[in-house]
Amino acid sequence: MTTLVYIPGDAGALSVGAGEVAHGIAAEAARRGAAVKVVRNGSRGAYWLEPLVEVATPRGRLAYGPVKPGDVAGLFDADFLNGGSHALSLGATEEIPWLKGQQRLTFERVGIIDPTSVADYVTHGGYQGLTRALSMEPAAIVQAITTSGLRGRGGAAFPTGIKWKTVLDQPAGQQKYITCNADEGDSGTFSDRMLMEGDPLSLIEGMTIAGIAVGATQGYIYLRAEYPHALRALRTAIAAAHQARYLGSDVAGSGKRFDLEVRLGAGAYICGEETSMLESLEGRRGEVRVRPPLPAVKGLFGQPTVVNNVVTLASVPWIMQHGAQAYANFGMGKSRGTLPIQLAGNIRRGGLVERAFGLTLRELLYEYGGGTASGRPIRAVQVGGPLGAYIPASQLDTAVDYEALAGIGAMLGHGGIVVFDDSVDMARMARYAMEFCAIESCGKCTPCRIGSTRGVEVIDRILEGVDGERNVRLLEELCETMVQGSLCGLGGMAPFPVQSALKYFREDFRGRVK
Amino acid sequence: METLPPAESAAVRRIVADLKERPGPLLEVLHAIQAAVGYVPAAAVPVVAEGLNLSRAEVHGVVTFYHHFRRSRPGAHTVSLCQAEACQSMGATALAAHARRRLGIDFHQTSADGRFSLEPIYCLGNCACSPAVMIDGRLYGRVTPERFDELVADGASPP
Repeated sequence: MTTLVYIPGDAGALSVGAGEVAHGIAAEAARRGAAVKVVRNGSRGAYWLEPLVEVATPRGRLAYGPVKPGDVAGLFDADFLNGGSHALSLGATEEIPWLKGQQRLTFERVGIIDPTSVADYVTHGGYQGLTRALSMEPAAIVQAITTSGLRGRGGAAFPTGIKWKTVLDQPAGQQKYITCNADEGDSGTFSDRMLMEGDPLSLIEGMTIAGIAVGATQGYIYLRAEYPHALRALRTAIAAAHQARYLGSDVAGSGKRFDLEVRLGAGAYICGEETSMLESLEGRRGEVRVRPPLPAVKGLFGQPTVVNNVVTLASVPWIMQHGAQAYANFGMGKSRGTLPIQLAGNIRRGGLVERAFGLTLRELLYEYGGGTASGRPIRAVQVGGPLGAYIPASQLDTAVDYEALAGIGAMLGHGGIVVFDDSVDMARMARYAMEFCAIESCGKCTPCRIGSTRGVEVIDRILEGVDGERNVRLLEELCETMVQGSLCGLGGMAPFPVQSALKYFREDFRGRVK
Repeated sequence: METLPPAESAAVRRIVADLKERPGPLLEVLHAIQAAVGYVPAAAVPVVAEGLNLSRAEVHGVVTFYHHFRRSRPGAHTVSLCQAEACQSMGATALAAHARRRLGIDFHQTSADGRFSLEPIYCLGNCACSPAVMIDGRLYGRVTPERFDELVADGASPP
């Protein structure tokens, strides 16, 4: 009997040796005459256990990890193919506490299925959402998304249903587009990447449902160039969905058309801003557009366009399959459903935690994360990417909730949490925030283009001990100007980490002498 | 302006001809040129402009806007070091200093023997396995200075 062995093909798992382990297990199985089929699944998201090897047994999937290539022979000696005990044994994968406590809706199949297989996807509930949507009126689909409370997971948290309704309400008979923003550029975030590599068909299904709902026949996924593994996964999955007639001129036998194409970005952070992304998709410099008109009215090539993030769109199939209310039953306040949170940076047990909104940063950082990787105390966390505020250790009881974080002057963004220990120099991090803005500014508006460069210079003078107090005041004024005067969120929010560093870690800006 | 070798010139013309009818084709064209030639030569700009009915300034403007597009021939291996916050929290700044010394070049430079180009990159999406490095499109996580030396000593050979 052939034994199924799961070894992630996820880029993160590959980066720590999953490819070599897969190769080693296949070679060792051949040498020993063991009948093994290796499935390259996505990652379960427990990156500190990667490479995580799973074996399908009558007792369910059993996990071993982190496995190094040198461990392979020992695993065979321990009869791991039959669940034999080994120093790296983790027991049943589903029972690993870090995974067991999660509420995986959007990520329910990631790490479980073979991402290239439509059959595997369908066996695990895939395309039931689309089937349901095809039996409904477009307005009813849009209403379901509104009722679910789903908000944009890319960071802006705009209600998805309202966006879709605006596009639906544009006159029919014209070309409309569904665009997926897969330009996941925030440091500390990788949920889009994991999903595209581990369950790309859920994104494809979500975009197809969006197309059916608003009357769009063409979709584009705007993928960042830094994600070559995701590109391969998406192209493979799109071809498989076409082959199975879930894409193309007759989606699932409905007579409706939906086509999908991946377009590559080219290393510009600003293209995660939706109007800049549209410019880039049209083949131009990624300079932001002045709104209005909204993309929902006049978007890609001047046509009504839905712009949603990967996780937003990939949450749609679950909502359509299980019902809007089932999704809305998760979460707190105006933050409904679940969020795939990413624990990153200096953290002992980093990875992806999908939970309903409402748990606290402290629970995430200590119960899931286990504190810092370095073993030193946590001094600051940055939530929501390079434009998010630094949060001091004293505020870790804040809930993961859009409004709760906004209430302390921070933002949830795309759900990434980057952890720093007490060796961090917050004045240096403030300087980096301005430097990053200067590198990535599209140049269209002055506060961002010039302000960020001047910001670096002012912080440099503070660090050199030149006129400290005066330059700190100047920096505060500059931040205010950028926040008030910038055209989009890059210049408008890049000061947030700077302001928070000044507010909570002011001692790092003092005592610098020439 | 440099002139392109005939084979590269032919490749650029073929790419433009193949892709010009696609909606918003310029980035696609530039990606294809970079994949074929290794960078986007200045001599390709007028060819692309004419083929897509754009001004040279528009094409030049796009090439220079995006960090990913190179305007000079890169080394045999491109080493990209993530310098974003998550990797900084795990020692990316020190790793970059080590890499500069080891390769004898700064960011945006190519070694004199033409073997390595060194680039900063702002997030590889591997933030739970920081610091992250990409060499010729292959991703590496939890990279220590020792591991970095092994990777470049292997000549960054393809797997």
